[in-house]
Amino acid sequence: MPRLSYLEAGKLALAEEMRRDPLVWAVGEDLGRGGVFGQYRGLAEEFGPARISDAPISESCIMGAAVGAAMMGTRPVVEMRFSDFALCAVDELVNQAAKARYMFGGQSHVPLVVREPIGIWRSSAAQHSQSLEAWYAHIPGLVVVVPSTPADNRALLKAAIRCDDPVVYMEHKNLWALEGEVPEAAEPGELGKARVVRAGGDVTIVSWSAAVHTCAAAAESLAGAGIEAEVLDLRTLWPWDREAVLASVERSGRLLVVQEAVSVAGFGAEIAASVAEALHGALKAPVRRLGAPRIPISYAPPLEDKVRVTEAMVVEAVRSMTAAAA
Amino acid sequence: MATSQQGGGSAARSKTAAKSAPKAPLKAPQKAQRKTRAGGGAKGRSAVTRAAERKEHPVERLAERAKAEDRALLIKLYEDMLLIRRFEEKAGQMYGMGLIGGFCHLYIGQEAVVVGMQSALADASDAVVTSYRDHGHMLATGMEAKGVMAELTGRRGGYSKGKGGSMHMFSRERKFFGGHGIVGAQVPIGTGVAFAMKYLEEPGLCVTYLGDGAVNQGQVYESFNMAALWKIPVIYVIENNKYGMGTATARAAANSQELYHRGQAYGIPGLQVDGMDVLAVRHAGQEVIEQVRAGKGPYIMEMQTYRYRGHSMSDPAKYRSKEEVQRMRSEHDPIDRLRQMLLQEGHADEAALKEIDKRVKEIVTDAAEFAQNSPEPDPSELWTDVYTAAE
Ligand SMILES: Cc1ncc(C[n+]2csc(CCOP(=O)(O)OP(=O)(O)O)c2C)c(N)n1
Ligand SMILES: [Mg+2]
Repeated sequence: MPRLSYLEAGKLALAEEMRRDPLVWAVGEDLGRGGVFGQYRGLAEEFGPARISDAPISESCIMGAAVGAAMMGTRPVVEMRFSDFALCAVDELVNQAAKARYMFGGQSHVPLVVREPIGIWRSSAAQHSQSLEAWYAHIPGLVVVVPSTPADNRALLKAAIRCDDPVVYMEHKNLWALEGEVPEAAEPGELGKARVVRAGGDVTIVSWSAAVHTCAAAAESLAGAGIEAEVLDLRTLWPWDREAVLASVERSGRLLVVQEAVSVAGFGAEIAASVAEALHGALKAPVRRLGAPRIPISYAPPLEDKVRVTEAMVVEAVRSMTAAAA
Repeated sequence: MATSQQGGGSAARSKTAAKSAPKAPLKAPQKAQRKTRAGGGAKGRSAVTRAAERKEHPVERLAERAKAEDRALLIKLYEDMLLIRRFEEKAGQMYGMGLIGGFCHLYIGQEAVVVGMQSALADASDAVVTSYRDHGHMLATGMEAKGVMAELTGRRGGYSKGKGGSMHMFSRERKFFGGHGIVGAQVPIGTGVAFAMKYLEEPGLCVTYLGDGAVNQGQVYESFNMAALWKIPVIYVIENNKYGMGTATARAAANSQELYHRGQAYGIPGLQVDGMDVLAVRHAGQEVIEQVRAGKGPYIMEMQTYRYRGHSMSDPAKYRSKEEVQRMRSEHDPIDRLRQMLLQEGHADEAALKEIDKRVKEIVTDAAEFAQNSPEPDPSELWTDVYTAAE
């Protein structure tokens, strides 16, 4: 299996889909020179400026025009580069794209992918650090993808591009350089299927995006202390793999949700509530959530670091949950 | 403003007429219209930098313009620009040393814009708002170099206590309404600041800076319409530094040679100014400010300027040639030009300029020192300023 970076894997997925389907095209600012992170490097050379299209700084028009172009049957991949900037275009996404199929009685559909990277990333401060995935999970009509590995970034981006509904595709800025094995087969992944990162029977840790890696590391160190944690990577928040989560918690009796986003009204709340509703009697400890406090992200590293969920925090949470039952 | 409506009308008419009529009559009204717009309703033509005027030797033109000014003012302009230049060079250095992180956008090359405008304001009631490329604007409004630098290093002594960083500072005292990280966001905000001045019956106006990339955001036009409709005392200063990140203006903006025309449909007059000439900026600013203070509503000024450094610290600037940058630096540098003129016209001698260099260097050195010694924010600051503090 070849090793690729998360960034390269996403680029490969887009290139493969563009080769396969001439209706797939990408639009965003600075794409012509490869995108700000290099996620599009070389694509303009291969596909030309009409398909790797360099837009002016006009997010709401980029998004809205992509919605129109998607209604016409093309398959635009919109690059917003920071989920913070996508807020300029949220009306087009939430009021237009998400509702077009239902509101028009099934006559219209919007096969659109919106890439909008999330996450805290080297002192970028309050307007360049947000993780807003829960906002979109709240909106009927949207699909929400939050990949954590190179293999998933390839498989899920392909799935998103082939999806006939609008997909909010949220890569994590801190993962671009992460390397991992990517299967040779160019098959798209399945939206709504969680990945078992690590099996274990004492506690279920549910996570997504970059926080998955924090959880995996914590699970390793917990194993050293004799606590076997099962780590699930949700991969997609809508649809989300309710069955996999419930089955795991039913076995372990304990649920910890770990997210980088603000915990209050985050997607962890949905998971916690679902588990409480379905498995109340099977729980051996109260459900726990770890996430950011409900404050904007600071520039200064000591304050920025304070809102991150660390491996130590995950370990500590699991210890207290398992100790409570003992 | 009436002229611009006429201008728009005649252009529209000639377009429809062009279908049936030969091409010739189409051109004439358009040309006439351009001339009117270049005047923009301002009193004199001196502030208007048309392409033709730019052929003049820049230092001589500066000397000509300097005749209207006293020596102290000329020296101050020089010193203010030099402070920004040296401050930014230091910030760049400290970034390289890892003392500053995150996004950091330097203003080097554009100093004449904000210094010229600020000198024309000279009024404590006026406000300024801009984007993330804000260090120069803050220094020009009189904010302390120490506080700005300490924000860059993320320390307690910074204007935002380390919470904002390079892109996000604010000073109520200096009426600086912020560095904003979302391109275009400051434009409605500046419009609202100016609206409130009118509402509160305060005398001021708000200078709202935006880039050549930001002019393509929708809210800019919503602002233009509202400001013109409600005669809001706001000046939109487009800093056309030729690039929005790696995208040349012409690749992003339709009719990119004439961004100052962008308010035309709303009847907002516009001027194009040589933003590398601090006196051209000052004089254009004075005329525009007079109009806006007189209650005539908004005005657009397009400053032709240039950023020497990359977009931010991580930009290798491969989208333009080294020669292009070198040519701008050697032929158009606003500080070098003024320096030459000061010497040539006898406003200052080498010794006096050395003295200024020394003063500026001291301010910057002190700022850098303060920024490294100011303590890091206390962890308890994490939870302050989220909401109104409970008493
Ligand atoms: C809404 C939004 N879109 C994109 C960006 C990323 N971005 C930051 S600066 C910039 C270029 C802006 O260019 P311009 O307005 O010319 O200002 P300059 O940087 O040249 O001063 C872009 C695209 C952003 N910060 N906000
Ligand atoms: Mg620019």
